[in-house]
This record gives sequence, structure tokens and C-alpha cells, in this order.
Amino acid sequence: MTRFFAITRAEMLILRRNRWLLVATLIMVLFALALTFAGSAPTGTLGVDMLTVSVASMTTLSVYLAPLLALMISFDAIAGDVDRGSLALLLSYPAGRGEILLGKFTAHLAALAFAMTVGFGTAGAVAAWFGGAGPESLTALARLILTSILLGAVFLALGYLLSALARGATAAAGLSAGLWLVFVVLYDLGLLGAVVMDQSGTFTRSVFPWVMVANPADAFRLWNIAATEGVAMASGMTGAAQALPAWAAPASLLIWPVLGFVLARAAFRRVEP
Amino acid sequence: MTDKALTIRHVCKDRGKTRVLSDIDLTLAPGERVALLGHNGAGKSTLIKSILGLIPVESGTIRVGDAVPGSASARRDTAYLPEAVSFHPALTGREQLTLFARLSGERADVPALLDRVGLSDALDRRIGTYSKGMRQRLGLAQVLLGRPKVALLDEPTSGLDPISRQDLYAIIDELAGQGTAVLIASHALTEVEARTDRIAILRKGVKVADDTLANLSELAGLPIKLRVRASENADALAAELGGSRVNGASVELLCSPADKMEALRRIAAMGEAVADVEMAPPKLEDLYRHYAREALQ
Repeated sequence: MTRFFAITRAEMLILRRNRWLLVATLIMVLFALALTFAGSAPTGTLGVDMLTVSVASMTTLSVYLAPLLALMISFDAIAGDVDRGSLALLLSYPAGRGEILLGKFTAHLAALAFAMTVGFGTAGAVAAWFGGAGPESLTALARLILTSILLGAVFLALGYLLSALARGATAAAGLSAGLWLVFVVLYDLGLLGAVVMDQSGTFTRSVFPWVMVANPADAFRLWNIAATEGVAMASGMTGAAQALPAWAAPASLLIWPVLGFVLARAAFRRVEP
Repeated sequence: MTDKALTIRHVCKDRGKTRVLSDIDLTLAPGERVALLGHNGAGKSTLIKSILGLIPVESGTIRVGDAVPGSASARRDTAYLPEAVSFHPALTGREQLTLFARLSGERADVPALLDRVGLSDALDRRIGTYSKGMRQRLGLAQVLLGRPKVALLDEPTSGLDPISRQDLYAIIDELAGQGTAVLIASHALTEVEARTDRIAILRKGVKVADDTLANLSELAGLPIKLRVRASENADALAAELGGSRVNGASVELLCSPADKMEALRRIAAMGEAVADVEMAPPKLEDLYRHYAREALQ
């Protein structure tokens, strides 16, 4: 247990020292505030409070930012130590590989959680102050923060996987960029294309929602949208959410971090320092 | 139970189709300092990583004390200094060493350890600002954590200036003095010459020699080199002594250790014709060349 904490503490120190924590938090605050003010126009027409609209905009933001911020820390986690020659030394100490990976994961997740909570929290507070908030929109905000952290956890684990598989940190960075593009952009484009080709056939009605929810980024979106009527209205995405049972999106978003971590652990086992 | 700190028996290791370690036998007693010599790619680092349990071997056994490499107790009992090690540039020397101390489960006096390797001024500076030699010394400081049974040093002198090399060997002696068996992999032959109890030579994954320096010299039967400087006529001197002329004024001749005194007497008998005599016993470099070549045939 002390070994696990030792790794976590050192990783936290690194994130603070190299300004990652500061920069990530700043990015989150700025983007969330910008979206909150820019997205405050339709409040009157939809009949929902400003915080609800703000949460809907920030959901879209988080789909892009949470995976990106997570991959920015995690790609270096194993490949960087291999490059520096310090992995062999680290592994010559009595800490196991699982312990090392879990220690890094804990530190990185804590940093992400901090950035998310401060960023979305600030924007939420501002929106509530200027445009009012109800119990429902406050729950939506809490849900947004929690699911964003989960989404970050998915991409942290996937980043470790790539970091263990890649030859060197530069290659890992490249693979991470590719992974981000596939999950966040290309996957949806591909699905959109399939739906257009299918013209409301069986694929669109029964297969498509499941394929969609299998992607953690889309599961994140669906979870946030399906749970709050107001957010769904504000984001204009209700169709796909209604076709699935309520547990589908949460299940996907909860299984992915575990699956990713198991895969990363298996890949790390095969790394020869 | 074994009284050896490190036992290696019939270890073989393949990389693809090439055999990188072939039937290696090596034992280290507590407090013994052994140099592991070989060219780049001779298998030194591979052997060290096998001892650490970082890479699996095809056959043979390795034991640290009685423990299997990679086991919790073997990891506790080994200290390792990787070749040209680097650390995360964002941490300070103190933070990095504290991490290692916590990982090893030792209560260590981190400032004292860093002082021991001459880094007390750089204690709270980021490792990113360290020179190569300073990083190497930080690596050495973590070797001193706890009381390892075996210390494995991979090219410990690379990047060190002559003065810190002296410090390095003082630290190695200190480790040996507390009962740690020290294995030093190196290709800087002249440095390990006087500083180790035993020398093992690896050549393309095969151990070609393993003995004390004196025994190795005797076994090799390498000649002693005598360089005689003539006062006037070097050609006449060469004809008289039977050696070869190396430059305008000097003659070089080789003789076996047994014939050394006889040769010196002959030179002394030539009186005024000789201006100076230099005698060079075989160096580790010559020995190394001898054993490496012998294996080739």
C-alpha cells in the first residue's frame, strides 16, 4: 500500500510541477465559461434555466476535451519511462507492475477530476448566478462532472495501453492522437454515413443505437442527454436516447475504464524494459 | 541455503534466433567485487536484466541468495544502476530518492545519501537541470538504499569525470565492506583493473574467462614489454639485444615473466649505450584482447 501511494505522490508532484494541472484546469474553466455565455441565448425560447443550457453546451465540450486531456497525460506513462531508461530501475524495486500502473492511474484521475470539477463547477456557478438554477439542473451539472471524470478514466486507461504497445513516447503520442480522432470524430461520422445509407431500415432502428453506445464518448453524451429532459431538448438529441434501455449508456461508460485498464495491464506485462 | 550472494548456473538466453547468453556460470560471494567485461553487445546488460528478473531466460537457474529473480525478496536484496539512467526531469533529486526509498520500504536519510554522492548542493533542484554525471550520481545514491545483498552496476563510470570516478570506487568499496556483492559491467578496462577482486570476460554471450587478474595474466602467459632508449646508436642496440626498433632512439623487446631478470641484466651490462629502460607488464587490455581472441579460434 505504501508503494502504491509513493507512486501516486510522485506522479501528482510531476503533474503539478510541469504545470499540466494548472493548464488543464485553466482550459476547462475558460472553455466552460465561454460556452455558458455564448449558449445563454436560447434560454427564453426553450423555457429552461440558464444552467440547463450551459450543461448541454458543456456536455458537447467535454466529449472532445475529456479524452484529449486524459490522453495528454497517459501517453507518456510507460513509453516515457522506457525512453528514459528508468522503467528497468523502477521495476527492480519491490513494487509490482499492477501497483505501478494503478498508482499512476490514481494520480492522473485525481488531477483530471480536479480540472473537471473546477472548470464545470465555475461555469455552473456563473450560470446559476446569472440565469437561475433548479434542483434538476444542479443534478445535471453533478452528473456532467462525474461522467466527464469517467470518460477521462476510459481514455487514461486506453492511453496506458497505447503507451505500453508503442515503441517510444513519440510513437505513443501519435497513436493517442489517432485514437482520439477515431473515437471522438470518425466513429460518429461513420455511423452517420451508415444511417444515411440505410434510410431508416433495421440497422437504424435496432443496431445503430447499440453500436453508438458501445463508443464511450457517445455513451457519455447519451447518458447526460437521456437523464435530463431539459438537456435533451437543448441539445436536440432525443431519438437515439429513447431507443435504448436506461442502463445501456451508464453500463458502457462504467465497463470501459475497467476493460481499458485490464488491457493496459496485460500489455504492460509484456513490456521488456 | 547457500553462502553465495549470487549464483548463476548454465544460463542461456535467445533473442530471436541468436543466442545472446550461452551456458553462463558465475557466482559472487558476499563482499566480492567482480568486473564483468565485454564489448558492446557481448551480453552484459542482458545478463544483468536476467538477474533482476526483468527478462526471462531460456534455461538455467539464477538465485539471489536463495531467492528467484523477480520475487519480492530478490527485488529487496538487489540494487541496480542502469546504463546511462535518466529520471523524470520535473522531480528534484530529493523527491526522486524519496520515491525510491518508499518503494524499497526503507527508512532512509535522503539528504545524507545525496551528500554521500556529492549532490547536497543540488538536493532541491530539478533533475532536468542536472548534468549527465549528476544523474549518474543520483543513480548511485539509490544503490546505497538499504543493505542490498547484490549490487549490479551497468557501466557505472560512463559520463563521470575522473574525480567522481574516484568517489564511485570509494562507494563500491564501501558497499563491498558492508557485505554486498558488487558486479560491475564495463568496457572501460583500465578503470576496473585495480579495483576488483575478480574479472569475468564475456564474448558474444560466452564466458571466456573468470579469475583474478594475477591468475589470468599467468594463464595467458603474456610477455612483458621492455623499451630501451639508446644514448647514441639505436640500430646497434637493436642488433645486440635482438629487439625491434620503434623510433629513432628506442628499441622494444618482449620477454616472458621468467626471462625478465635475465633481460634486465643484459641491458644493464651494456653500460653507457643505454640511456633509459621502461618496463610494462601486460595490461588488462592485452589480457582482454588475448581472451577475446582465444575464444575466436
